[in-house]
Amino acid sequence: MRALPSGGLPVVLEEESATPANRVDAFGFLRELATRWDAVALIIVFGLIVFLGEASRGLFEPLSKLQATPLSLDPRHLPFYAARTTLRMFAALFLSLVFTFTYATWAAKSSRAGKLLVPILDILQSVPIFSFLSITYVFFMSLAPGRVLGAEFVAIFVIFTSQAWNMAFSFYQSLRTVPVELIEAAESFHLSPWMKFWQVEVPFALPGLIWNTMMSMSGGWFFVVASEAFQVGHTSVALPGIGTYIQTAIERRNLGAIGWAIGAMFVVILVYDQLIFRPLVAWIDRLRYEQDPSARPPRSWALTVMQRSRVISAMTDAFYAGVRWTSWAMPIGRPAPSSQVQGAERKWNWVWMSVLGAILAFGLWHIVRTLIAGTTLREVLEVCGLALLTMVRVFVLIALASLIWVPIGVWVGLRPRLMAVVQPIAQILAAFPNNLLFPFTVYGIVAWRLNPDVWLSPLMILGTQWYILFNVIAGASAIPGELRYAAENFNLRGWLWWIRVAIPGVFPYYVTGAITASGGSWNASVVAEVENWGSTQVRAHGLGAYIFDATAAGDFHRIILGTVTMSLFVVAINRLFWRRLYYYAERRFRLG
Amino acid sequence: MNLSTPLLQVADVSKAFPRPDGEGELIVLQGVNLEVGSGEIVGILGRSGSGKSTLLRLIAGLSEPSGGTLSYLGERIHGPAHGIAMVFQSFAIFPWLTVYENVALGLEALRVPGAEIRRRALAAIDLIGLDGFESAYPRELSGGMRQRVGFARALVVHPNILLMDEAFSALDVLTAETLRTDFLDLWTEGKMPIKGVVLVTHNIEEAVLMCDRILVFASNPGRILTEIRVSLPQPRSRLDPSFRALVERIYVEMTARPADAHARAHGGLGIGTVLPRVGSNLLSGLIETVAAPPFNGTADLPKIASDLQMEIDELFPVAEVLQMMRFAEVAGGDIKLTDQGIAFANGSLDERKRIFARQLLAYVPLAAHIRRVLDERGSHAARRTRFFDELEDYMGEEQAEQTLRTIISWGRYAEAFAYDDESATFSLENPS
Repeated sequence: MRALPSGGLPVVLEEESATPANRVDAFGFLRELATRWDAVALIIVFGLIVFLGEASRGLFEPLSKLQATPLSLDPRHLPFYAARTTLRMFAALFLSLVFTFTYATWAAKSSRAGKLLVPILDILQSVPIFSFLSITYVFFMSLAPGRVLGAEFVAIFVIFTSQAWNMAFSFYQSLRTVPVELIEAAESFHLSPWMKFWQVEVPFALPGLIWNTMMSMSGGWFFVVASEAFQVGHTSVALPGIGTYIQTAIERRNLGAIGWAIGAMFVVILVYDQLIFRPLVAWIDRLRYEQDPSARPPRSWALTVMQRSRVISAMTDAFYAGVRWTSWAMPIGRPAPSSQVQGAERKWNWVWMSVLGAILAFGLWHIVRTLIAGTTLREVLEVCGLALLTMVRVFVLIALASLIWVPIGVWVGLRPRLMAVVQPIAQILAAFPNNLLFPFTVYGIVAWRLNPDVWLSPLMILGTQWYILFNVIAGASAIPGELRYAAENFNLRGWLWWIRVAIPGVFPYYVTGAITASGGSWNASVVAEVENWGSTQVRAHGLGAYIFDATAAGDFHRIILGTVTMSLFVVAINRLFWRRLYYYAERRFRLG
Repeated sequence: MNLSTPLLQVADVSKAFPRPDGEGELIVLQGVNLEVGSGEIVGILGRSGSGKSTLLRLIAGLSEPSGGTLSYLGERIHGPAHGIAMVFQSFAIFPWLTVYENVALGLEALRVPGAEIRRRALAAIDLIGLDGFESAYPRELSGGMRQRVGFARALVVHPNILLMDEAFSALDVLTAETLRTDFLDLWTEGKMPIKGVVLVTHNIEEAVLMCDRILVFASNPGRILTEIRVSLPQPRSRLDPSFRALVERIYVEMTARPADAHARAHGGLGIGTVLPRVGSNLLSGLIETVAAPPFNGTADLPKIASDLQMEIDELFPVAEVLQMMRFAEVAGGDIKLTDQGIAFANGSLDERKRIFARQLLAYVPLAAHIRRVLDERGSHAARRTRFFDELEDYMGEEQAEQTLRTIISWGRYAEAFAYDDESATFSLENPS
């Protein structure tokens, strides 16, 4: 999934809660200690800590015990399962941040390294996430052999791969586009590289990074739910969580339980949206480099609580002071003449590059050897044929989704008040892991004996169509008012208005959304092309189904073959079609 | 510090950038010598592209020279020196820090103890007139206030030399004037810790208003044209006759070498001349203004610049194009319309196009060349890349782009040839 244009989504405006003017001050002395904001803030923070503690119970239990106890479909256990699922998400998020700050920084700082690292990231983005699971699960389970923790590692890694590449790209692009004068100012005032990174480059990149994190989290729920209960060959693991709950419900054909799970997901998404994302978005408004004082800043009640609570403020002040202390504690060196610095840097780069190159070469050789050994030409052709099928499916779906959502997006984007209502709804829908809805579709297909090749396809685009909608809304709201008034003035209506005004206006944004939707759909195909309902299996023909089967059978060769094929197809389509379309859109339809 | 050691010494400095396609170098600065002593403001005045900002960045230690040496207090400059601080054209203050935090940042980087940071930062903010705005964020401030933050940030580290990179160019006229006079007041009263100032500008009046010595730069490559000493006492008035005489003198110096004379000395005025981005509207506008009363065909350049509120970066390219196409003559600080220029001013729209076409094809070699190629070919069409590659032999990629854009615009106005952006081809589709 590609990064969205930075700052491309208008944010929902929220009303600040009214506070009563006069209160009876019975506990006046306590007010000296802590304001009422402190109380709310402390409840939130301690609630989170307790939640985390509860959720991590049972991490060190033996795996066998987990496999012995079947999952209960009792809705009373749902909060616990939701907590476990959320915990996995945040662990993966933390790992993604660590990866982003190291990998993207290295790629941005050293142009030589960047030439290799960025294409690697591109290819990693094209690998279906499920393949990561099947290829690496052995390694991760071996980290905590026989314990539940090992299986958790696998799930966390799968979620990590759905978030990390996107975030790394966004951070890399931000680091490369820091305004030159800020860098010059920082250098001329003798900011050390460490201080420059944390005080200049990170704050500049943070808004884009946070938007991308939000997008990734939203998309990540899909893979969380899909990866909690996996079966690779003879190993089958079912971790406690909402995903397993759903899968068990499917096995037992319990529609009611599925309904409970969907409800629980809505609650979870609402909670983390209010407590984490809205405050973050409101907070980073301060960091925005484009200073537009006329735009209303986004607000969040949770952020207001945190900012007004003295305890929390004390903690954050201490944190910032700590960050500044690290700059202070670093030794000042005399800046070496730049030629010497460049020489040393070049040497280190060669070392790291050769290590990376060696790893890559070894991996490549291994892959090729595996492929040649275990597969025949006939199989390769068969896989290519399946890939073409899936490709056709993806393009048709994108076209259909565009036909539906582009008009709606334009219509909404041109009406700001409507936008304020539609945006939060669409955001929640986008965050919702749509694989929770799959069982209903499958039930329908089984009950009415529909053709799975046709009717399983919409599942692929269910989650990714929102990117098209969001981007088109953003594009429509960005059409300059004067252009619209001119069109009105000249009585441009109907088909002519669409061809000459609306579509050219949103086209670059649309292409961005379509690229993201396309990549996401390929990914989703692995999960969407094979579905179960009880003991019945519904399947469509395509590369996703091929990879899914290979994973279930534990057939390493076929997993690799399928993954490599999908990766090559996605990269080729991106380079040959989507990128060209994007450049054409940029050149032809850019305003000014 | 020995009083006889100049604060800053720049000796025979040159700077060249390798061309992106690897063929040779682009020389940005050549043979620059300058010295800054204690107690003086030295101005570097030139058009865009004369290498002034590059020179300032060499002094600030943000890049290394290709030849020559720069010394600060007798020591070679390697990287940003302690004691040299810079104020930027676009302010360069960090949007995520308050005014106080921005000003304190430089001191934090120097590991100054906390209490002293607080004392000095508040003193600098007070000095520059932002008292009361310590906790404001940059987005809450106007442009003038943001630049004051830039000044406070530079002054708080107690530099010996203050570098100003077109510090007032991004501000509106009134705010710039206020800031200039405030700065000069602080300077003459000795309230700032700085001992010397290097000021880069493209505004002639600003240079005469502020500087003790002005170094006038030429372009292509950047080099010192002449040095002018300004001994008028502060505060200086723009209406003072000696002030106006100095401004006039600088205009004369800067227009004394017409572009073609320089180009002729360097390999011929052929299709390899870089054309500035000047459209037909600007050209007609200037011709009309000079032709009309009160100038009636001959205008004093400083007068017309201040009448039209044009800076030298806007006015000089237009004047040079008019001179190149023989619509006017520029000499001795004046611009005088030729007969063709007067005919253009008095003609109707069609007549103007015809006159323009005639002058264009006669005196702009690139236009004649394009027309010739189109005439000779059977299809009367030629791709853009054909001419672009040719131009790249003479100039860099960006300049070739700019030259082509300009010639396309002129060719279309003159209806000498047509151009289709989608297919990137020249043709004779709508010849006159």
